[in-house]
Amino acid sequence: MPRCALGGASEVALHVETEMHRRRFSRNLGLGLVLAAFVALVFALTVVKVTQGDRMHANDGKSMAGTAAQPATGTAP
Amino acid sequence: MTDIRSYEDNRDAGFGDYVQLLKPRVMSLVVFTALVGLLVAPVSLHPVEAFTAVLFIALGGGASGALNMWWDADIDAIMRRTKSRPIPSGRIEAGEALAVGLALSGISVVMLALATNVLAGALLAFTIFFYVVIYSVWLKRSTPQNIVIGGAAGAFPPMIGWVAATGSVSLEAFLMFMLIFMWTPPHFWALALFMKSDYGDAKVPMLTETHGRRVTRAHVWWYTVALVPFSLALGFTPIGGNVYLAASVVLNLGFLRGAWTIWRRDETVAEADGYKVEKSVFRFSLLYLFLHFTALLADAALRAWGGF
Repeated sequence: MPRCALGGASEVALHVETEMHRRRFSRNLGLGLVLAAFVALVFALTVVKVTQGDRMHANDGKSMAGTAAQPATGTAP
Repeated sequence: MTDIRSYEDNRDAGFGDYVQLLKPRVMSLVVFTALVGLLVAPVSLHPVEAFTAVLFIALGGGASGALNMWWDADIDAIMRRTKSRPIPSGRIEAGEALAVGLALSGISVVMLALATNVLAGALLAFTIFFYVVIYSVWLKRSTPQNIVIGGAAGAFPPMIGWVAATGSVSLEAFLMFMLIFMWTPPHFWALALFMKSDYGDAKVPMLTETHGRRVTRAHVWWYTVALVPFSLALGFTPIGGNVYLAASVVLNLGFLRGAWTIWRRDETVAEADGYKVEKSVFRFSLLYLFLHFTALLADAALRAWGGF
């Protein structure tokens, strides 16, 4: 980094820039991890829903009787 | 690179600032009460569904916190307790908080509805609307009853947890709602008694400012009296049990005793000892709510193991 050799004021400025980069990195890393976790969660939820044989939502109060896994009606091969 | 110094004034937000925007301390209470509402319900969800439900109920609560901070940025800048929040301190722009709040509200409502059921998603949407529009925008600056009605927003999470599991609202869910709803006024008025100058400076019409401290003390007592029946009634529903009933009796006696002392106490005496009783009642009220829900969880665990 040739700018490091510029002396006093620039060194201070460079330090501030580094601090800004650190905060920006923390934001990007945090957002990246949150997005990765979201993808993993949607995947896990999909696996659970599909293996339970449910419709795309769990219990809407209309199907309280026999909440055990039931095959979708009329679509079984 | 001559403009490099301009970065010195630009307080770029880090990830933690966005977390602060979601009011993590309020979220922790939301997570706990929603989890209890979900776990004590007679229908059990798959662990992944339950985790997703609690996560997005909490995120919905966080989103409403961000929207509240967007709307209240002007008064947050005045109050000592809130002036270091991300918007008044300049780390996050108000418009950005609005965007984050709206986006997270949409995501949390849709994800909760997909993971559990539409009624739970709708209740979460209503909770966000209630907290932001009814409480923050409308009531908070216009009436000293703001705390009473606004308390409903904080009371919804256990009901949403219950609905996520069962798909419907029942007496147990209603009583869990009422427990937090009736608990909120004495809890916040005890706080207002010892945080006295802050709300007045921000021109928020707290009861202490509009009707005086004597009336506020009476209100703490009478609202605590009104809270007791709801707390005890929950013990006689199917989700209550011996642990809950015992805890409820002890905690209500403690809260009543503290509220009575607040009511009978003179302002000069309170000022002389630095609002010792008011502070201890405020702390006790936090414990009161936490232990009520912990007791519900304990009874549910005992039932699962065949005891009691």
